[in-house]
Amino acid sequence: MIPPSFDYVAPQTISDAVAALSQNENAKVLAGGQSLIPVMRFRLASPEVLVDINRIEGLSYIREEDGWLKIGAMTREADVEHSSLVSERYPLLADVARVISDPVVRNMGTVGGNLANADPGNDQPATMLAYGAEVVATGPNGERVIPIGSFFLGLYESALARDEILTEVRVPAPRPRSGGAYLKFERKVGDFGTVAVAAQVELDENDNFVSVGLGLTNVGLTAIQAAAAEDFLKGKAASEDNIRQAASLAAEAAQPIADFRGSEEYKRSLVKTYTVRALRKAVERAKGG
Amino acid sequence: MSQHQIQVTINGKAYEADVEARLLLVHFLREKLNMTGTHIGCDTTSCGVCTVLFNGKPVKSCTLLAVQANGAEVRTVEGLAQNGKLHPVQEAFHEKHGLQCGYCTPGMLMTSVALLERNPHPTEDEIRHGLSGNLCRCTGYTNIVKAVQYAAEKMAES
Repeated sequence: MIPPSFDYVAPQTISDAVAALSQNENAKVLAGGQSLIPVMRFRLASPEVLVDINRIEGLSYIREEDGWLKIGAMTREADVEHSSLVSERYPLLADVARVISDPVVRNMGTVGGNLANADPGNDQPATMLAYGAEVVATGPNGERVIPIGSFFLGLYESALARDEILTEVRVPAPRPRSGGAYLKFERKVGDFGTVAVAAQVELDENDNFVSVGLGLTNVGLTAIQAAAAEDFLKGKAASEDNIRQAASLAAEAAQPIADFRGSEEYKRSLVKTYTVRALRKAVERAKGG
Repeated sequence: MSQHQIQVTINGKAYEADVEARLLLVHFLREKLNMTGTHIGCDTTSCGVCTVLFNGKPVKSCTLLAVQANGAEVRTVEGLAQNGKLHPVQEAFHEKHGLQCGYCTPGMLMTSVALLERNPHPTEDEIRHGLSGNLCRCTGYTNIVKAVQYAAEKMAES
């Protein structure tokens, strides 16, 4: 399967890339290409111009600054997986980086692309919802910060304008007694999750939840923030009973459809089970376990 | 349609070519350069048989444009043996019977080589995790894992 013909440009700077996007209504950013190139080969997408941003320097980094973990949009998922900073301080992100597609794909696939593609089956969207992350979009008028909660608008549809490029992702630096976990149920390595759950929690000294973030993968048109479950847990004890009640709320928030990965009921049931397990693990990690 | 001139170093040798933007790296290797050691399997970024090393890292050459390889270093299975002597990973796959039909082997070898370059003493779990993007429909993976372990030992000795 060969993609349809297209023009290709490989700018060296972000402003040149933004200009290239502005010049053609049917231009598309090529980041890691691990979703875009397959859909072009299947002829589900046929952009007239690919703007390859792989040759722009300075878009690949993972560093802590001003209370955030800042991740350059072109950081490969494999670099996240192998980052000691991530594995020491960001367990939710460390979990997700091990299960995105497969190890070979992770050498090309990028954090920014995983988000900008706005595929509800991708793993970073739910993760970043659980973290309460921000993304930086760069366009003709410079940078703007978009809270992740208002980034995903629909299936493959994000808040990015046609001539904007996602350039950075910002994850809040961990507070004391915080922890997270990502649990994915997949039929095989490399498949999209049937269901996956991202949980990020902070506990007070009495083991009550100070904050809770819960993101659901592949059970709706976008990744879903399980807000009712989060609100239910805030201020409550990190007990098994509370976690189970929150998981029921998360299952209600899911909007799965039946497909070859399972029925609606099956997926909803998986959301419940995986929310319980992800929250348990996040709590354990927040306690220092 | 856009044509682009690219320069790529493949297995240490420099190549120059004019390519159409939509030409995939795997087709460039197989059809323009007649280097058919890199196989095509699933055509859907799933199976990993087309894995080559792109600036030292395993990538699926069916999911990369040839034009993206401009200026890059690419290593393929043809570059593993040196002066008629098999690479230790190739020797190990032979010794431990890490293949049956052999179709997935070029990709398995390239991913294994990169795995051992990054982590010379992997655990079984690390090998299985590291090779999980490369599918084999014959072996059940047992002998592939043994081959990588064997290669790690041999490479540590030398």
